[in-house]
Formats: sequence, structure tokens, C-alpha cells
Amino acid sequence: MDEHQLLKDIAEKEYGEGFVTDIRQEFIPKGLNEDIVRLISSKKDEPEWLLEFRLDSFRKWQKMTPPRWGHLSRLPEIDFQDIIYYAAPKRDEDAPTEIDPELKKTFDKLGIPVGEQEALAGVRGTTAVDAVFDSVSVSTTFRKTLLEKGIIFCSFGEAVKEYPDLVRKYLAKVVPNGDNFYAALNSAVFSDGSFCYIPKGVKCPMDLSSYFRINAAGTGQFERTLIVADEGSSVSYMEGCTAPMRDENQLHAAVVEIIVEKDADVRYSTVQNWYPGDKDGRGGILNLVTKRGICKEGAHLSWTQVETGSAITWKYPSTILQGDNSTSEFYSVALTNNWQQADTGTKMIHVGRNTRSRIISKGISAGHSENSYRGMVRMLPGAAHSRNYSECDSLLIGDKCGAHTFPFIVNQNPTAVVEHEATTSKISDDQLFYCNQRGLSPEEAVGLIVNGYAREVLSRLPMEFAVEAQKLLSVNLEGAIG
Amino acid sequence: MKLLEINDLHASVEGKEILKGVNLAIGEGEVHAVMGPNGAGKSTLGAVLTGRPGYVVTGGSITFKGRNLLEMKPEERAWAGIFMSFQYPIEIPGVSITSFMKSAVNARRKALGKDEYTPAEFLKLMKEKMAFVKMKGEFAKREVNVGFSGGEKKRNEIFQMAMLDPTLSILDETDSGLDVDALKTVADGVNALRSPSKSAIVITHYKRLLEMVTPDRVHVLREGRIVAEGGFELVEQIDNQGYDSIR
Repeated sequence: MDEHQLLKDIAEKEYGEGFVTDIRQEFIPKGLNEDIVRLISSKKDEPEWLLEFRLDSFRKWQKMTPPRWGHLSRLPEIDFQDIIYYAAPKRDEDAPTEIDPELKKTFDKLGIPVGEQEALAGVRGTTAVDAVFDSVSVSTTFRKTLLEKGIIFCSFGEAVKEYPDLVRKYLAKVVPNGDNFYAALNSAVFSDGSFCYIPKGVKCPMDLSSYFRINAAGTGQFERTLIVADEGSSVSYMEGCTAPMRDENQLHAAVVEIIVEKDADVRYSTVQNWYPGDKDGRGGILNLVTKRGICKEGAHLSWTQVETGSAITWKYPSTILQGDNSTSEFYSVALTNNWQQADTGTKMIHVGRNTRSRIISKGISAGHSENSYRGMVRMLPGAAHSRNYSECDSLLIGDKCGAHTFPFIVNQNPTAVVEHEATTSKISDDQLFYCNQRGLSPEEAVGLIVNGYAREVLSRLPMEFAVEAQKLLSVNLEGAIG
Repeated sequence: MKLLEINDLHASVEGKEILKGVNLAIGEGEVHAVMGPNGAGKSTLGAVLTGRPGYVVTGGSITFKGRNLLEMKPEERAWAGIFMSFQYPIEIPGVSITSFMKSAVNARRKALGKDEYTPAEFLKLMKEKMAFVKMKGEFAKREVNVGFSGGEKKRNEIFQMAMLDPTLSILDETDSGLDVDALKTVADGVNALRSPSKSAIVITHYKRLLEMVTPDRVHVLREGRIVAEGGFELVEQIDNQGYDSIR
């Protein structure tokens, strides 16, 4: 087999979601200063306290510098004055409440049901969707159905207007506005995102999901998601994302905060398929994201992520295990190909007694990519009898890529136990040939082997999501033979 | 025209010539045994027939169904109906037998311009062939060859052979290290595939398997060449007097 041809084929594999929607959009001027922050806030008709929060965040951000500790040599210097911080599809003035047919077409093409009829009929089953297009949420389905159970699921903007007390109570409580450079930036300029509140004792009857789409050129997307699961409640939440193919990098700096109250259970799943750039490393999304949750007594939070897109991924979904007997898991598959670079992992901060966490990370690197696991497990002095188990596996395809593991462990309680295991492997020629002999092409063989390698994580995803993730892993790796 | 025609085949591994002019022809419906001492080139012959990377053909030709086999990729050979039962089956962690077989069966159907099996059709086929190799239900969910005993691995190869229904099966020392029951499964597998249009090459050291499948023709390979050809009497001779009795 001609390895070079195969590697070339994979590199030239089309990114299926790379189209642009031709739609009338409203933009604000390029650049970032206090006036821009005020302008965004006024566009959204926000209360004074939120504007103050934004301005405070902006001032903090101005004093900060971008973190450089990630193993991300291709992360460019970002010119923050060269970005448009707000872009929104223009509403049809005759029918302001209807979703624009072009937008509907876009989400249809992506397989995202923005109408409840489609959702009910669709293969995704009944999942409530909040669809975010550039800076605004364009549709949230099943709001009424959910509200009958007291569940609030709406865009962040609507939540600020309709449930200001809830938003104010929980906003920035897990990720403070000065937490890090990108979180501070997001806190200053965030445009829209999803808000979700599950009341005490309620089990959410359907999966909730947010779908993020970047469309406009020269813009960034800065969404903010806030999920609150009140005592004894439970919810499964999914997040997906895509963007057009462009030669320029585009910035995505999101913040996700999750509050899991006593005995509540939240499962958060992500399939990240932002545009990864072309085969020569031109373009692609810079995915610089802060995700963190806090678990109160007996609460449970699980993170499952499948990261296949973005030119750069800098992302560490983390959990603060504050309450006694709380538990958390982080399951991750990160695939990098061509010139992609990912530095991703988690932080498990054990505060309470008898807390448990588990980390399963599977990195897959191909092409010229660099794939790093970075994680911190911290047992604070009060974390008596707490445990963590971490397993970090790396799979290399080809000989020009890199896989790295950066585990940090701090244990301040003698009764706490931290275990860490790591492996590195390659797809063997024998495995490939065995599959070829059974009639699988090299592309199919690699897809199959990689999916097998990632199975432990993929099996944690909700069913429809798992199918999508499996396809993505195969498509994004076609032909990458080592 | 024979199903498979090997003419003056020379092949090397890492620059060392292993096959030094092999001639072998297999007709439709025939089962041939290839015997020979260690290092004779038996496994190399299987590897060359299936297109394994690292095995370089330096001379001669192979035609299969009239096509130049040497120009075909390994998967194309599989689509054309060549199957090899591996001497050392490979583990594929995380991939269930079901999904492995589903991918393989459908890849071949697709290549042949047929519709993929529906899940129901596929599961029916799985059940039937599992019963044939006496595998229980949980077998389908197990990861390919992971944690399998030697006998289970070989049974799995025969199962895959039955699933893929090849025109030419190559059994590379499938009988080595098997207990009587597993050996019988292998023999049953080969015999069940016997038909006027299906052929097989049974590579082996031992008489045991050949007694159960009775080959149409026996070839003895030594130092990269076929040194003797004949019927079952050759098997008896080797069993009684060893390879040195054949010159």
C-alpha cells in the first residue's frame, strides 16, 4: 500500500460541516474596549448588574496575559482588536418570532432539529435543543414541555430577562470572572449560550443539548452555559459544535459552569467538531474553553468529551468535589490529525471527605499533530479517605506526531489514595493486515481499531451521540496509516 | 484455467530469498495440503498469496480466477474470495466480534456491488455460523481475540471463514496446538466449505488434520521449492519416515 497516498487522502478529506450560510447578519465594529462591552450589553438589553459584571471582567482581563504553559506551539498570538465580538442573524421584521428559513436549513443540514416536530420524528429521539448561531440563540425546543416540570431550559439571554435572580445567584460562582485570561475575556464579552435549571427532586425527562454554530467570518464565539441541578435532581446534557472552513483562525472562548447540588446528578457530554484547519494547518478554530463544575454533598458530575475538531484545543473540564461523598468522572477521547494540537485534560479537586474521582483519557495522534493530556488531581487536607484513579492512554498513528502526558498530583491527606496509569501504543502493521485480509480497506481498518481503542469512553455517551462520535473518529482519521 | 496458478514464484523477506521457484496449481473444488519442515517457506507462501506487507515477490507470477493477483491489494484479494486462517490471530481491543464481522462482511458486499446486509440478515448469519463452530451467544460480544485461548482463536478463524464464505481458503497451521475437539471444528469447517466451486490450501505439519479433511493433492515444500507431489501416501510417508525420506 502507498502510505504517502493514504496520508494525503486523509489530509484532503472534506470537512462535511464546512459550508457557509448566506444570511443577513448584524455586526458590531471590530475590536475590544469598554464601549464595545457596553454595546454588547445594550444589544442584549441587560440589567445594570450584568453590565457591571462585564466591565469588571474586562478590567481584570486587561491586566492579564494569555497563558503559555500549554504544549501548543501553533497557538498564534491573537490580535484581540482584530475580532468582531458580536454577530447576529437579522430578524425578519414582518415575522420577528419566526426562525429564519435559511437558519432552519442550516441546522437541518447539520442534523439538528430546531423544530419540535422534527425532533419528535428524528433519530435523535426527543432531545431538547438550544441552537446558537454565532452570537445568539436562535431557537430552543421543548421549553414549554419542560417548564411543566419546573425545568428551565432557554438561552442565556432569555434567562437574564426572565430569571434574573437565578442567574445572578449562580453566575461566576464556579468560574470567577478573573479565573484565567480566556474566562475573563468571555465574562466581558459573552453573547449567548444556554441556561438550564432542574428543580429539587426532578429527573429531567429528556436529554438537553446545545448546538453551537460559528458562521460569520472574522468573528469569535463566546458563549456561556450555566447548568444548575438542584437537590436530588438529575439531567443529561449534550453539546455539539461546527464551523465553516476558512483560511483564518477563529476564536472560540466559552465558559461552562455546572452547579450540582446535594445528591443531584449531571452528565455532561461534548462532541467537539469545530473546523480543524486544512491539511497544511491553515485556518481552524482556536478552542480555548473553561468548563468547571462543583459537586455538593453526595452529588455526581460526569464529563464525557470527544474532541475531534479545532486547530487548537485548550480545555480542562474540571470538578470541585466540595461535598462529602461526592463523585466525578472525566472520560475523554481527543483525536488530532494533520497540524492540529490539543492540550486537554481535567482537574479533580477533592475537598470533601470520601470523595471519588475517575479519569479515563484516550489520546489519538496522527499526521504532524501534537496531543497532550494535562491533568491535576488534588487531595486537600480535608479530603479524608478520598480516592482518584487515572488512566491516560495514547495511541500514535504514523511517526511525525506527538503524544504527551502531564499529570500533576498533590495529596495533602494521608488517608487519600491517588492512582495513575499511563500507556502509549501504536496501531500495529499486524492489526492492519489482519483487517485488510478480512476485506477492510486501510481507512476502514484504522477507523475500526481507533473506535475500539476509544470504546470505553464512547460507551459513556448517550446513544445517538455515540453513533455520531464513532463516525467522526473514522472520518477524521481515514487513511492515517502508521 | 485453474482457480489459482502459481508459476516459478520467488519471494524474499528482508532481502533473504525464501521461496525459490514455487509452482502450484489449484483447481476449483480442490483441497490441497502443503506440508514441510520448519523454515521451508510454508507461511511465506500464505503471506505472499494474501499480500502481506514485507513479503517481496522477486520473480514469477500468481493468477487467481485469471487475474494477476500480485497487482491486487490485500483487501481486493479478500473481496475476490481469498481468506487466510492466521497462524497467530491478532487481538483488536475494544472491537467486538460482531462489529468486526459486520464491517468485514459488508465491506466485501459493497466491493462486489451488493447491498449491505440489514441488521436482521446479519444477525441471522452470525447465529447460524456461531452454532456451526459451537460458539455460545456471548462470543459475539467478545473483543476480537482478546483473552482468547489458543483453541478459541482458531475456532474464531474458522468462524470468520464460514462467515465470509471464501472461494479459496488458506489455513496456515490452523491445527497446531489444538485439542481433539477444536481440531474437529477446524476439519468440519473445511469440509463444510467443500463444494465444486470452493477450494482450500491446508498448510500443516501433521497428519491429524489431513486425515479428517482428505486432501485431493499433497505438496511437500522444502527450502523454498516443491520437492514432491502426490496423494495421501505422501502424508503417510512423512508421518512414518520424516521429511528426510523425501528428496
